[in-house]
Amino acid sequence: MDKRVAAIIDKYNADEGQLISILQDIQSELYYLPKETLIQVSDAMGIPLSRVYSVATFFKAFSLKPRGKHLIDVCLGTACHVRGAPKVLEQIERSLKISRGETTSDFKFTLETVNCMGCCALGPVVRLDGKYFGQMSAGKVDSILNKYE
Amino acid sequence: MITINIDGQELKAKDGQTILEVARESGIYIPTLCYHENLAPYGACRLCIVEISKNGRSRMVASCLYPAEEGIEVKTNSPRVIDNRKMIMELLLARCSQNEVIKKLASEMGVEQSSFKSEYLENNDCILCGLCVRACEEVVGVSAISLVNRGVNREVASPFFEPSASCIGCGSCSYVCPTGAIKMEDKEDTRVIQGSKWKTEFKLKKCKVCGNYWAPEAQLEYIRKKLNLPPDFFDVCPNCR
Amino acid sequence: MGKIKSLQDLEALRSTIKEKRRITKPCVAICAGAGCLALGGREVIDATVEELEKQNLQGKVDIKTTGCPGFCEQGPLVIISPQDVIYTHVKVEDVPEIISKTVINGEIVDRLLYTDPATGEKPVCESDVPFYKKQKRLLLGNNSKIDPNNIEDYIALGGYSALAKAFAWSPEQIIEEIKKSGLRGRGGGGFPTGQKWESCRNAPGEPKYVIANCDEGDPGAFMNRALMEGNPHSVLEGLLICAYAIGSHEGYIYVRNEYPVAVENATIAIKQAEQLGFLGENILGSGFDFTIRINRGGGAFVCGESTALMASLEGRVGEPRAKYIHTVEKGLWDKPSNLNNVETLANVPLIINNGADWFSAIGTEGSKGTKIFSLVGKVNNTGLVEVPMGMTLREVIYGIGGGIRDGKKFKGVQTGGPSGGVIPESMLDMPVDFDELTKAGSMMGSGGMIVMDEDTCMVDTAKYFLTFLEEESCGKCVPCREGIKRMRQILTDITEGKGEEKDIALLERIGEALKDSSLCALGTTATNPVLSTIRYFRNEYEAHIKEKRCPAGVCKALIQYYIIDEKCVGCRLCEKACPTEAITFMGKRKPVVLEQNKCIKCGICKDVCKLEAVGVK
Repeated sequence: MDKRVAAIIDKYNADEGQLISILQDIQSELYYLPKETLIQVSDAMGIPLSRVYSVATFFKAFSLKPRGKHLIDVCLGTACHVRGAPKVLEQIERSLKISRGETTSDFKFTLETVNCMGCCALGPVVRLDGKYFGQMSAGKVDSILNKYE
Repeated sequence: MITINIDGQELKAKDGQTILEVARESGIYIPTLCYHENLAPYGACRLCIVEISKNGRSRMVASCLYPAEEGIEVKTNSPRVIDNRKMIMELLLARCSQNEVIKKLASEMGVEQSSFKSEYLENNDCILCGLCVRACEEVVGVSAISLVNRGVNREVASPFFEPSASCIGCGSCSYVCPTGAIKMEDKEDTRVIQGSKWKTEFKLKKCKVCGNYWAPEAQLEYIRKKLNLPPDFFDVCPNCR
Repeated sequence: MGKIKSLQDLEALRSTIKEKRRITKPCVAICAGAGCLALGGREVIDATVEELEKQNLQGKVDIKTTGCPGFCEQGPLVIISPQDVIYTHVKVEDVPEIISKTVINGEIVDRLLYTDPATGEKPVCESDVPFYKKQKRLLLGNNSKIDPNNIEDYIALGGYSALAKAFAWSPEQIIEEIKKSGLRGRGGGGFPTGQKWESCRNAPGEPKYVIANCDEGDPGAFMNRALMEGNPHSVLEGLLICAYAIGSHEGYIYVRNEYPVAVENATIAIKQAEQLGFLGENILGSGFDFTIRINRGGGAFVCGESTALMASLEGRVGEPRAKYIHTVEKGLWDKPSNLNNVETLANVPLIINNGADWFSAIGTEGSKGTKIFSLVGKVNNTGLVEVPMGMTLREVIYGIGGGIRDGKKFKGVQTGGPSGGVIPESMLDMPVDFDELTKAGSMMGSGGMIVMDEDTCMVDTAKYFLTFLEEESCGKCVPCREGIKRMRQILTDITEGKGEEKDIALLERIGEALKDSSLCALGTTATNPVLSTIRYFRNEYEAHIKEKRCPAGVCKALIQYYIIDEKCVGCRLCEKACPTEAITFMGKRKPVVLEQNKCIKCGICKDVCKLEAVGVK
């Protein structure tokens, strides 16, 4: 029984309508949604585990696998796509030797894609640990990745 | 009472009835895959699509969900309806290219093969109609399985694809599945219920009188608790009582 | 500051705030929208705070962090008042000069001014910049003047006066006014707002819910982000008036998970509104109670659809349901619910304050008021553009957007997001209008306007949208889940040179079935990008299918990178950058050699070459 999880459920009064907000807060706290946590949520809120699991697997924001230290989000929105975002993504995949949705074996980086961050005028955009990098190109990738321990 | 017209026939409908219900009462055939009269309509397979017109405007709607309205004209076999049904069957056939139930239904609708390249054909049995999940939730009430993931990765599964702690082994999911994607087998003292990527096993209860294994212990225990029956209530099987 | 309990209290507060500001201190307003932040805006803000301290100017010079004023590509943006000087591409190193020269001495730092690429002119004031001049910024205009985390800024500019005015009317009168204005939904549906409010008000059942949709799933669109980040109170005020008109006491704002700044600013705005009594019980002494809660999306485009959105507000997966019974009758928790886009709601206070006649005088017969568009892609001035309905696409793209960047040729403009289509050059004189865009095979959608040039492949564009939709489909209904996948497979084959003659007809057939039998609008409009590109760019499809050629030079399997020998000086930049060592140095001043069999077509060589010595064919 995780106390942090219990506190979050409490904050929302165990309101089943707020299941998604609760899972989001838990993920912010634990960096992913471990199995035991989903079971705890199901028990504490009286929601069938199958439904909690459905919700956790439906929304892209949730990760049921542990994530790396640094989270890379590559925007694949239309404006970014038209300006060459796929090439930026490919270069990151090549450099880190992982595909989108995966984590490096040393748990340093997790690579995700996002379908639009709303910075369309600055495309292609990559977000690393919440920091935005605009006007990206494949050539700029390595110098940015190398700055992260 | 409301009057609606289906394929030229004037029919009476009760308030709250859907077009499909009215059609079935009158013996008019509309194909369905995800519909079951004991479950709330879901509208996922889209096979029951019909063409309705009202005030000169026509549109396509799912008859399992569309409420009968005064004065609408329904066509269950117009060229537009047939074209849609055929494409839906082609799409299902491409997904379940080896499934006998789908192949038969497609053939009945005049679809012998799908128009998609053979290298892209898949071999699923599950059509994601949701009947199993809905039966487990609405009728049995334990929600042991659910629809997980999204889009083309959607599938029926128990939580974490591990044997579900809430499952009582009743087999309703297997019973209601239209394509045989969920299999159930009772072998000696064990019942196995199996989907494509998940499975549960149950010990069957042995009758004190005849010695036959007749139902999962978990299911009996669930019913016993729910109805507040004495602990030895199910020790004797129905045949011997 | 205690709670405001009446209209008079509000006016008194407004006067007090304005009085405090009468002696105008110089102010440095720096954009803190997600766009400018992506270009280093946070560092500029910090440097400015530091510099003001260094020069002992705190208290004498105001610093304001604002929401997005829309001119994103020129960011980080800094606007200095009272002169209204606008500086672009501001870097940390520029800050001391800006303070010393412009703020203190009123001198202009020439190199930081915006340069018009067409004329070479350098306008000084925000209002003179051509990008802004031709716009009608009724909704976005205040963004550069408001700190979204300070409710006083909003009140000083007249905020919440529409609410006070609305309380003096009956709910029915408000609905009539909105109906009369002709306001139509700005989220994509274009449904008459007044009519929606009326249906919800008249629907039996309690409680009633009102929801502001800030999910903004269309990739390439960020209008809602700018409004929610930059002027959250305008949305709150609109939602309040909506709630009062409908008879709802519980509101939701549904913000996309990918907009953390918008979530934060909305949260702060609600708190400040509650503190002053604009939310809660007996608002402004009217007897009307209303509370708002913010919910974040979970990363699902389909949750922009009203029934899916409401499902996720109920803690369930974002699966749409049939709308034969509308959500205004049975929506959230099966109760009457009114869902409006954030931009729609931001228009409401304007209509109440200025009148329905004023609003309906702007725009066209069928589309009233202004619309915010995100003008992005291969255009010179990318950013948010607010124009009256009826302005032509040409005026927007060329007059405001400054035409195509890098001297390339215009090919098409994609509107309406994944539900929309591409509009070719021949139709550029079309007025921006709900019905006109739909007639052309596209739609207004939420306002995304993605400009494409000769280097954009239309088949690749169609494939892109289908890939997007395949990922975002909820998976419930057969036509959408299976049909989009099959269309995407066909398009992928075409882009890889495996297309067949019958593919186009098959795409059209699947498309028709999707339009007729999908459960929700994601499915029914999924074919628009495909059908519109086939309609206007059929020759491109045929080149891919019959000639195995990609005229735009995009589809990897059909292109080749090559060295333009005459231009290459052997500087080795490409050789060093090549991830597969496909380029060989041949000696100084000799062109390098690119081995095709090692080339993976990543395009990095072309990116890094400064002499345009790498070509694509």
